[in-house]
Amino acid sequence: MSLQLDFPAVLERWPSFLAGAALTLELAAFATVLGALLGTLAAVGRGTHKRLIAVACTVYVETIRNTPLLVQIFLVYFGLACLGLKFSAFTVAVAALTINVGAYTAEIMRAGFEAIPRGQIEAAEGLALSRLQIYWHIILLPAIEKVYPALTSQFVLLMLASSVCSQISAEELTAVANYIQSDTYRAFETYIIVAVLYVILSLVMRAGFWGLGLVLFPRRRRLGTPL
Amino acid sequence: MGGHLNINHLMFLGQGALWTMGLSVIALIGGGIVGFVIALARISPLKAVRIASAIYVQLVQGTPLLVILFLGYFGLAAIGLKVSPLTAAGASLTLYVAAYLGEIWRGCIQSVPKPQWEAAEGLALSRTQRMMKVILPQAIRIATPPTVGFMVQIIKNTSLASVVGFVELMRSGQIVNNSLFEPFAIYAIIALTYFAMCYPLSLFSQRLERRMGRGRSNLAPA
Repeated sequence: MSLQLDFPAVLERWPSFLAGAALTLELAAFATVLGALLGTLAAVGRGTHKRLIAVACTVYVETIRNTPLLVQIFLVYFGLACLGLKFSAFTVAVAALTINVGAYTAEIMRAGFEAIPRGQIEAAEGLALSRLQIYWHIILLPAIEKVYPALTSQFVLLMLASSVCSQISAEELTAVANYIQSDTYRAFETYIIVAVLYVILSLVMRAGFWGLGLVLFPRRRRLGTPL
Repeated sequence: MGGHLNINHLMFLGQGALWTMGLSVIALIGGGIVGFVIALARISPLKAVRIASAIYVQLVQGTPLLVILFLGYFGLAAIGLKVSPLTAAGASLTLYVAAYLGEIWRGCIQSVPKPQWEAAEGLALSRTQRMMKVILPQAIRIATPPTVGFMVQIIKNTSLASVVGFVELMRSGQIVNNSLFEPFAIYAIIALTYFAMCYPLSLFSQRLERRMGRGRSNLAPA
């Protein structure tokens, strides 16, 4: 057993690592925003009285939650190709990640909606708020506030899961690592550095969401409830 | 690129599905054992043990499984061990599953109502007796639904072992695809197979959760 680590040989590629990390964050940011929208729509859809929409949303959520992301990425990648559509690896990655995280977000949001007391909505109706106002102020915002911690850890998991996009050669952090290790023959060192970068990225994301939570939900801060 | 999907291809995919299940069982047992130790270490009376296990959990949960798999595969090789894809995948998944199961189980142990801990202490039971006879039996009941739910994650995540050359369902699909080149059809079949393995577990975990919820609400004070 002889373990010789040579970090400098790998670390001199730091611009590539940084570029990969930046692209990982970019992927995560796009998929977070789009996935949050898709997930909220799916959660609302599952709760409607229109049966067809509710069933369609349930099928979407259950299918995605019970198949691996890697398979989903390949299905989107080759599915679009079968339709004769050509997109960059980045676009395909964003699409696949959005579809994936949308299903998980839908489940979290549904739990949030179910936690809204019926009386609140009746009270709002009594005050003659419009349907849109009720949806926004009484249902959506309080629901998001309730599930904010679960929601944000889901988005951090999404950032980590985006490493799988290296398999369709989107140039994110893991793909960069695969390239560097085959170039330098220093696989172990490369992946140690990449692991450290991912840990830093997830800490940065957590801190960012925590700060965002303070800005978005000042009421919560006043009440002193932990986010 | 020739021919159509025939019985031999399907047999090969079936074999891959068996390996997916096998690897999932390995990850569940290995991760379960290490995870149990992690769960106990996280609530240990010794501060150093608590900190060390917390760092382990934070590091693993902050790193993608794909990178952990590469670390296992190349890391074991770097210290001079010759590793098969099965060893590398099994070891990496064990470390990964342990961090998540450890946290899930720690939550379950800590959610055993406080009076139970105090009563066990009041009866002058030793720490081991308290754990074995009072806390863990109740914690296991609480832990069953989330553990079954997490098994779905384990099965799905074994698909990543394909990247270190372990021939489970995903990898066997890629191999079949290399000879037929009908990616959409083949990956759709793979997706369906994963769904058939995972969905029953999802339903089972939901049912357990509902039953537990009812049981708990019966116990709750009025």
